[in-house]
Amino acid sequence: MLSCKEATELISQGMDRRLSLAERMGLRLHLLICRGCRATDKHLDFLRRASAAWRQHHDLTSTQQGDSK
Amino acid sequence: MTPDELSLQLAELRPRLVRFARLQLRDDGAAEDAVQEALLAAVENARSFDGASAAATWVFAILKNKLIDEFRRRGRNPVIAADDEVALETLLEEQFDARGHWREPPPAWSDPGASLEQKRFWEVFEICISSLPERPARVFGMRELLGMETEEICKELGISASNCWVLLHRARLGLRDCLSRRWFGED
Repeated sequence: MLSCKEATELISQGMDRRLSLAERMGLRLHLLICRGCRATDKHLDFLRRASAAWRQHHDLTSTQQGDSK
Repeated sequence: MTPDELSLQLAELRPRLVRFARLQLRDDGAAEDAVQEALLAAVENARSFDGASAAATWVFAILKNKLIDEFRRRGRNPVIAADDEVALETLLEEQFDARGHWREPPPAWSDPGASLEQKRFWEVFEICISSLPERPARVFGMRELLGMETEEICKELGISASNCWVLLHRARLGLRDCLSRRWFGED
């Protein structure tokens, strides 16, 4: 069984690489029973959405102005 | 677009370019320099653009390359964690007990999506990114604010993939902690 510390590492790494099947299963099981890690999963997901929104607003290469590459 | 029109257009973009560079370089002087270089490169290599937005897209692409150059240059220097990074690591470690379970599970944030619409949220967001230690902030910026792939970041900074993941993980949990305290009001 994963500890919360290991689970949060996997939540973060899942945003940067494809987790193995065993890792995904382990994480999914852990999230079912752990409220703190479920909250963390949502928090990191929000950070990614917020960062993407920041980028969209500030970086003109990522805005859709009909002339994107 | 004539060269004069291009110069005018670029001058208008300047504040946006500086803001974009500043959050990532964390150094006003370096941000000004990077923007200056990007604008010069844009003028020197001026070609014909269909319109204003094509020129803007182009100069931003140049600036992003300048930022990556600067990251690459800096990336070679600090191999070991600075004091503030060690402090962050300790703070994150202390969230868990000896068996790796939450001492105090982090509470959910209420309606975070609504925050994205609030101007004040973005100020806090930028403050939290600026207050991260140098290395995690840089890797986070490259990953999430420049939208680079992890492999590219490792290559540019000359660090291993696992090192990169550790730094991203610290940056994210550090930001979570900062937003919890400063925006979602846990205290």
